[in-house]
Amino acid sequence: MPVLNGRELRIVGFLCNWCSYGGADTAGVARFDQPTDLRVIRVPCSGRIDPLFIAKAFMNGADGVLVSGCHPRDCHYAEGNYYARRRLEVFKQFISVLGIEPERFEYTWVSASEGQRWQEVVTKFTNQVHTLGPLAPIPEVALSQLAQTTGTDIREEA
Amino acid sequence: MRIGVFICHCGSNIEGTVDTAEVSRIARDYPEVAFATDTMYACSEPGQDGIIEAIGEHKLDGVVVASCTPRMHEATFRNTLERAGLNPYMFEMANIREHVSWIGKDREANTNKAADLVRMAVEKLRRNQPLIAKEFDINRRVLVIGGGVAGIQAALDCADAGLEVVMVERESTIGGKMAKLDKTFPTVDCSSCILGPRMVEIAQHPNITLYACSEVDGVSGYVGNFSVKIKKKARYVDWDKCTGCGECVEKCPSRKAPNTFDEKIGPGRAINIPFPQAIPKKATINAEYCIKLTKGKCGTCEKICPSNAIDFQQQDEIITEEVGAVVAATGYDLFDWTVYEEYGGGRYPDVITSLQYERLLSASGPTGGHVKRPSDGKEPKNVVFIQCVGSRDKSVGRPYCSGFCCMYTAKQAILTKDHIPDSTSYVFYMDIRAPGKLYDEFTRRAMEEYGAQYIRGRVAMVYPDGKGNMIVRGADTLMGRQVEVQADLVVLAVGVESAKNSPQLAEKLRISYDSYGFFMEGHPKLKPCETNTAGVYLAGACQGPKDIPASVAQGSAAASKVIGLFSKEKLKSDPQTANVDIKRCIGCGKCVLTCPFGAIKEVDFRGQPKAEVIETVCQGCGICSSTCPQGAIQLRHFTDNQILAEVEAICRF
Amino acid sequence: MTKHTYSYYPGCSGQGTSMEYERSTRAVCEAVGINLDEIPDWSCCGSTPAHTVDHTLSAALSGRNLGLAAKQGHDCVLTPCPSCLTNLKTAGKHMAESETFKEKVNRLLDEPLETIPDTKSVLQVLFEDLGPDALAKKVARPLKGLKVVTYYGCILTRPPGLMDFDSEENPISMDKLMQAAGAEVLQFPLKTECCGASHGVARRDLVMRLSGKLLDMADSLGADAVVTACPLCQMNLDLRQGQVNSANNASYRLPIFYYTQLLGWALGLPDASLGLDKLCVDPRPALQSISANKEVA
Repeated sequence: MPVLNGRELRIVGFLCNWCSYGGADTAGVARFDQPTDLRVIRVPCSGRIDPLFIAKAFMNGADGVLVSGCHPRDCHYAEGNYYARRRLEVFKQFISVLGIEPERFEYTWVSASEGQRWQEVVTKFTNQVHTLGPLAPIPEVALSQLAQTTGTDIREEA
Repeated sequence: MRIGVFICHCGSNIEGTVDTAEVSRIARDYPEVAFATDTMYACSEPGQDGIIEAIGEHKLDGVVVASCTPRMHEATFRNTLERAGLNPYMFEMANIREHVSWIGKDREANTNKAADLVRMAVEKLRRNQPLIAKEFDINRRVLVIGGGVAGIQAALDCADAGLEVVMVERESTIGGKMAKLDKTFPTVDCSSCILGPRMVEIAQHPNITLYACSEVDGVSGYVGNFSVKIKKKARYVDWDKCTGCGECVEKCPSRKAPNTFDEKIGPGRAINIPFPQAIPKKATINAEYCIKLTKGKCGTCEKICPSNAIDFQQQDEIITEEVGAVVAATGYDLFDWTVYEEYGGGRYPDVITSLQYERLLSASGPTGGHVKRPSDGKEPKNVVFIQCVGSRDKSVGRPYCSGFCCMYTAKQAILTKDHIPDSTSYVFYMDIRAPGKLYDEFTRRAMEEYGAQYIRGRVAMVYPDGKGNMIVRGADTLMGRQVEVQADLVVLAVGVESAKNSPQLAEKLRISYDSYGFFMEGHPKLKPCETNTAGVYLAGACQGPKDIPASVAQGSAAASKVIGLFSKEKLKSDPQTANVDIKRCIGCGKCVLTCPFGAIKEVDFRGQPKAEVIETVCQGCGICSSTCPQGAIQLRHFTDNQILAEVEAICRF
Repeated sequence: MTKHTYSYYPGCSGQGTSMEYERSTRAVCEAVGINLDEIPDWSCCGSTPAHTVDHTLSAALSGRNLGLAAKQGHDCVLTPCPSCLTNLKTAGKHMAESETFKEKVNRLLDEPLETIPDTKSVLQVLFEDLGPDALAKKVARPLKGLKVVTYYGCILTRPPGLMDFDSEENPISMDKLMQAAGAEVLQFPLKTECCGASHGVARRDLVMRLSGKLLDMADSLGADAVVTACPLCQMNLDLRQGQVNSANNASYRLPIFYYTQLLGWALGLPDASLGLDKLCVDPRPALQSISANKEVA
């Protein structure tokens, strides 16, 4: 179903099950109002997130992508979020190559008890994406460049 | 595939801001959806029966329920599917309550978002495979971390049920905070009389192994099969030889060591046995203050010890214990009140904490139970109690109520009158919080029978009047005026904070903790002593401030959880594990390196190295899946294809 | 220490009742290398009356001075007076935090205030920029044997969120500076108590009680003198000491110094630059005791 025209943008969230998904639940239980744009994909661990998922989301028309995991040192799987941090940081440096404003992508850490923090994160990020407006389609040249440098063509997969 | 979609009203919780009928109408057009409906309470008995009925009637082979968070009811609905004869893993949930209906009131936007979330669940379910859980053996031993009253209760309950228990205690004796108390509210029972026998039971129980003066150094493994590294700290006394006679303590010339058991108000020794009823009753040397260990001279204790137990060469030692479950019962610490400069910030000797006062009241304390104030040993006639010191105070980062300070202050006011009949107690309070059996009656007695003067208001300043007494100035908000009370002794009802190093322990146990360092329970209402890590349970104040009855109850509750877990023949592993596509695997070994659990091994397949997952060890994090350069190792039900299908479900349509 | 130049706001009382504070502040700053560039054409901050009546007016009065200071091109304004400091800081903070408030204030000003300079007390700069160690090295006449209590008054460090300096309950900056100057600083538990402030005019009984308590505590601790940093505190304790004595049936003879006067004395500055003659309770016996101690040593 299309996003509500003019009111919502497409924002995809990748949340780890143990901390951030729980934090979003905590925010819900506490009835902390949030913008409605975000759609959450639950993954077991932020370490499960392949940066290509994010690239793919942008390619398919997402206007913003938010990733959230457990605070460093507090990973349910001991070290998954360290892998995530490295990958996501590299991806953040790299995203402008695709012609995407880096502000459209954010990764952060929210624990299961931090309902209020989750509300702040979502609200701030959504506003940030709204300031930029809808994402223009990614130029073909950027995608082929990406395919060359990574050896993976996200246009083909899925 | 024939998918059934059930949109839950959750009474008005969802229906109030989401048009569930509209969502089910939209869902009917999603691919492979054979049936969609809205339902009042999906989790209720009629709700579940409705799902089972629909499965039969419409020949469904997969189900999506859109309701609350899967962290709440995923297991419930998987059981429902199983009862209907379906594979329980042919199920997905869309969280349209916590993530939709509860966080906004815009019905149109919520309905639209709920429909999106259902589409994502449907797309994911279309790519699910039936899974079957594997069974594995349980090591029926339990580790209890912390030997306070909560840990003691959990350990004894487990041990009495026939389980082997390993107890680890950081201090040189068990007993925790309760052992330091003189009396307990609301019965004014003698604390050591009721705790002492329980401590002895721990020492004597054939099923319990106690490591005092030890800490958990590391934990690996998973439910049913944890491996725990325990650091036995050097105590410089061979406890196998030490008889606890105490001669060394008497003769030790180093008298500046803090007496931690007496909360630093009594005289200390470098070699010490905390108190007469200590379990184990063994001497320990404080290396920081021992003259022999710091300057190489002395050795008095070594010379006089009748059993040759002193061992200055002793080192920390790491031992490993294998257990199947863990109970964390690490208790709490007292708030460091010296941040309150208005109470003197620690400059005035006659401003003490409630626990220090407890030691002054105790017959086994440094004053033999005679209340003498620290500055000059005088018996105080006017005692002022200040409540909420480090509780309900945002300015010091402690906005929460510590729960039991109102009660112990009332108890201390009563005991003060008992000890010093011509004394008067003044209590500055914000509110009296006494919800508990016989609790409010108890605070009333302190006021009405024991004449404690309760003044509702905060204290602005405590200062010495220059003539040997303290002046306590505060507001009396009921009278609307300022009051000044001359005090011989000021007792601060210091609040609770999480035990030192709690976050570090939580990280070792891979459990969550809140912003104050208290461990997170599995669910605030329904899983008060579970954690989100299978096989790890909580007891006592490590989860949040708790008094003795509540700690004991939670200790028993945690024990019953462990006993329940161990009552099963075998445990079932979550089948949502990683799986290697042997055709795509190039044997690079990256997954083997990154797996935090050692669940992937390299095997030889027709002369080529390939990765293989040990299913009962795999915990399902999926780190390997995003590491594999070939996409050859995929976490079941969180495969690349499934996650990308969810992405497409939101973005493409 | 590198020589730093600050905008300087002397405050009205510095021109009258506390001219010895103003004078000694300038003398000490000059001696330790802090340049004070007086704000040209500064005006009264409105003191207590202005903000009691109208917050916008009060902010505008301070806003004018902050605007003039901004034009001087220094990054920070100093003032010796805690009351002036409160007004300058309050105005600056509220204008920085609220656009609407800033607009309201700017409507009252000839020249709207855009950049808001930082404000600090002279005490803060002496404590943080110079520091006790550097000060100790410059001391020529140590205040050896002089037992003092430091009295900060109730607004120099409060409210903490606004003043952002030292502890609001147990400040120590003046203690450290006095110790560096060689004095013996006694633990004064009433450091931040109120002296009664300007109630001396309307409710003299109140000031007699509050200031009486301060003098009584200082006296019972065995202090030779009280050290202050606020014109109003100093006035209540010094000028009204006789009144306090007769109201409380006491006979205190405690000299009440500004901390800058004692620092100046320790730095060996001439008496004339310190205005010691302006004090009501004769400071000479106390100062002579220092000289006597020195000879003994």
